[in-house]
Amino acid sequence: MPENLLSLSGVHTHIGRYHILQGVDLAVPRGELTMLLGRNGAGKTTALRTIIGLWRASAGSIRFEADEIASWQTPAIADLGIAYVPESMGIFAGLTVQENLLLAARRGPPDEARLEWIFRFFPPMKKFWFLPAGLLSGGQKQMLSISRAIVEPRKLVLIDEPTKGLAPAIINNLIEALTELKKTDTTILMVEQNFHAARSLGDSVAVMEAGRIVHGGRMADLAADEALQNRLLGLSLEAHQ
Amino acid sequence: MTPITGKPVDWIPPALLLAIALGGLALIGNPSTWVTLTVAGLAMGLLIFIMSSGLTLVFGLMDVMNFAHGLFIAVGAYVAVSVMKFFPAAAGSESLIVNLGALLPALLAAAAVAGLLGFFFERIIIKPVYGQHLKQILITTGGMIVAEQLIHVLWGPDLLPLPRPSALRGAFLIGDMAIEKFRLVAVVIGLGVFATMIVLLNRTKIGLLIRAGVENKEMVEAMGYRIRRLFVAVFVAGSALAGLGGALWGMYQESVTVAIGAQMMVLIFIVIIIGGLGSVGGCFTGALLVGLVANYVGYLSPKIALGSNILLMVLVLLWRPQGLYPMSKQ
Repeated sequence: MPENLLSLSGVHTHIGRYHILQGVDLAVPRGELTMLLGRNGAGKTTALRTIIGLWRASAGSIRFEADEIASWQTPAIADLGIAYVPESMGIFAGLTVQENLLLAARRGPPDEARLEWIFRFFPPMKKFWFLPAGLLSGGQKQMLSISRAIVEPRKLVLIDEPTKGLAPAIINNLIEALTELKKTDTTILMVEQNFHAARSLGDSVAVMEAGRIVHGGRMADLAADEALQNRLLGLSLEAHQ
Repeated sequence: MTPITGKPVDWIPPALLLAIALGGLALIGNPSTWVTLTVAGLAMGLLIFIMSSGLTLVFGLMDVMNFAHGLFIAVGAYVAVSVMKFFPAAAGSESLIVNLGALLPALLAAAAVAGLLGFFFERIIIKPVYGQHLKQILITTGGMIVAEQLIHVLWGPDLLPLPRPSALRGAFLIGDMAIEKFRLVAVVIGLGVFATMIVLLNRTKIGLLIRAGVENKEMVEAMGYRIRRLFVAVFVAGSALAGLGGALWGMYQESVTVAIGAQMMVLIFIVIIIGGLGSVGGCFTGALLVGLVANYVGYLSPKIALGSNILLMVLVLLWRPQGLYPMSKQ
């Protein structure tokens, strides 16, 4: 088993008077793609936002490599080499595709070879290089959001429901790109509702319910066990097959 | 594959500006008077732009409602009064070059002192109330009242003269047209500030960060940038510009009172609302619209001059509820 790059232990998060994460224990193995599954409202997005520091954990430990980051500010967490692709995609609509990627490249201008690598999976990024990102289609915006996260090598990429609302052809395109990204030993923690995508990409899996992890294991085992799928994911699985 | 370009420029607001200028010509009738009023309107608009551009970025970047922005305008004007007193010979010379020996230190000191004050104001007054709009309004309004009293203590309650340098008094006469020299200076400085801001916002990484932060500050932080530091820098720059604008406005009026900032705030709020909160281009266009309309209406029907700008704001918001150049916010 690979060592864990990220581990959460007993993490609680309150948003206003709501107690969303209620003791999350999660391990993300280095170099793997971990799928975080669960019904709507289970706390998956809150878990990602808590890891990147956009919500503050009210209790528990979040460990990334040797650092305890639960109380760190978001920029300091990002500086560790963690990129975040939010559910809303978070693109800067008034900035061009080029400007979005320039901002995401923290170490200086984006590396040409890396850009060409990204363009191979996401040709529209090259085609619309000088176009304001707000004019892109939904799928292209998602491509930009992921391109931004991987414009430089990262240790960990947090991706929140990248296939939501996208056409099947674009979903297959994303799966292909993320499969290639996995080959670069990038660790990925991904929230997904589309079980086809989750099964295609996931190495390990954690399932959330009511703010807790209720199942953890290998994705292949969950994919092979229909009864377990139904018990853990229920209607949300059928709805997103 | 050829990259597709096409950052579309919305030409409707500039066309509106042109339409108002031409409408003014039709209503005023006399071309000489129209040119005089138009230059005066542009000068006034550009001075308002200098004073308001920082505030629109502060609004856009951090959703901070700073009702004390007028304080920096007033401080800039008073600092200019004090500095000009140190250079009576330079200010009194008929040579424009020699005049600059008084004008430049006055403007630079106005901007520097207002910027420094802005730094402490942000750290002490604004920082504790991030994200709390009601408290922002109350505390910045209170801060403005306290600061006005401090100005009374330092400079006294009386109106202070702020004469323009000698070479900038009077007007150029071209035929029947009279174009005040100081208004031309205001136009040059205003255009210079606008050009600098456009280059900064569009050609530098800091500018990209500001534009991105106006849209989605959370995402900027998630990329590893310290948006709070950026905000402090923008707040200081905005305060410095307000101080510069206050000094120029004081010279424009040739006098300074403690209410100079508060009086300008009405026009400044109109301008940044018309322009679209957070939009520098919108602020620029809005300021020119306000300047032109105020001068044309002030000539045609002086009693409704201020009301005309409020009417302008209402009409613009009915047409474009988010302002002339709305910023997409997430």
